Amino acid sequence: MLSVHSVVSFDFAVANIPGWHTTIFPPYFVAGAIFSGFAMVVTLMVIAREVFDLKNYITINHLEKMNKIIMATGMMVGYAYACEFFIAWYSGNPFEKFAFINRAFGPYWWAYWIMATCNVVIPQIFWWKKARTSIPVMFVVSLFVNIGMWFERFVITVTSLHRDFLPSNWRYYVPTWFDWGITLGSFGWFFIWFLLFCRLLPVIAMAEVKGVMDHEQQH
Amino acid sequence: MSSSTKKGPGLAGVIGYFENTQNLIEAMEKVRDAKWASFDAFSPFPVHGMDEAQGLKRSPIPFVTFAAGLTGFCLAFLLQYWTSAVDWPLIVGGKPFNSWPAFVPVMFELTVLFAGLCTVGAMFLFNRLPNITRKAFDPKLTRDRFAIVIEAPILDDEGEPKVAPKKGTREFDESAAADFLKKVGAVDVRTVYHEGWF
Repeated sequence: MLSVHSVVSFDFAVANIPGWHTTIFPPYFVAGAIFSGFAMVVTLMVIAREVFDLKNYITINHLEKMNKIIMATGMMVGYAYACEFFIAWYSGNPFEKFAFINRAFGPYWWAYWIMATCNVVIPQIFWWKKARTSIPVMFVVSLFVNIGMWFERFVITVTSLHRDFLPSNWRYYVPTWFDWGITLGSFGWFFIWFLLFCRLLPVIAMAEVKGVMDHEQQH
Repeated sequence: MSSSTKKGPGLAGVIGYFENTQNLIEAMEKVRDAKWASFDAFSPFPVHGMDEAQGLKRSPIPFVTFAAGLTGFCLAFLLQYWTSAVDWPLIVGGKPFNSWPAFVPVMFELTVLFAGLCTVGAMFLFNRLPNITRKAFDPKLTRDRFAIVIEAPILDDEGEPKVAPKKGTREFDESAAADFLKKVGAVDVRTVYHEGWF
């Protein structure tokens, strides 16, 4: 996960457009991936433990710990946002400064503020134990986190491309039906394999559960 | 594991059941030390220490992974080198044709892809999967029972073993194997035939 996301972040970082050409991308992407990954797991597990009656195997305790990690990585991602903004100002580079002001107040301000709210503000509710251990709250928050991370990737990709170094490229990009189709298809691809797994393979690995239980005999 | 032959019921071996992993491991060590020619163990979950108890050698899968990863790595480099420096060289920003730092992401990705896919494929191959001919013989072995099977050699038409037993191994004899398994603590000893059902 660490190496894959670092290398994927290089796909952006090696470009020289403002907003992409920054060394913070590997840790930023890795933290964001852990953040969004745990949120996805919480979403799926809340459903799976109801449907498959796994409440004794995937306990509220497990979910609570996942929520703590969600909040921790959410704060790391929030710190990365602040870092990028600070460096854009501190560098004095007018292109970099513009790129970040454009993100927050330009044509895509709505996407940026959805991202910031969903990723940084909403997970703060997990400071309270009642929220961390409440199934409805964690389900809603994990969905918001997934939405926020989707918008983060949207913001990174689109806001830098729609205001790059060549003014003739400046446009307001609206996703086409093909883009929505590919996005929907990617969700479908994920759910095909997840649902096939749930249907055909043991959802809980017996060996792993045995491994963490007390044994009557020693090895 | 017994192989399915089209000839009809033939002796496949002797199976002994055990109650828990401790008994299974101890019995397996005795079976291994008695140098039976062919035997196997069954359990619902991986048992720690089973590889040594059975005398199994290390799996060759890591070598497959390494070879496949190396192949992916080299292929990715060759692809990018050939396209960038041999087939259609383009000067981009004054940079050299063989800009290997720019090739790194693709080299990384193909290394991981080849290594991952070939490891899964090798695992299937070495476990003789997909398996449509060899039948399992007791569903409880994937649930809550453990067993050791001492296998009989597969006989050809004349009744001679198809594969000669290795030197120094104990030749299979049904009653001797059954007694041996009872001696090492099996609670239920039965004979297995090739169709797989008792």
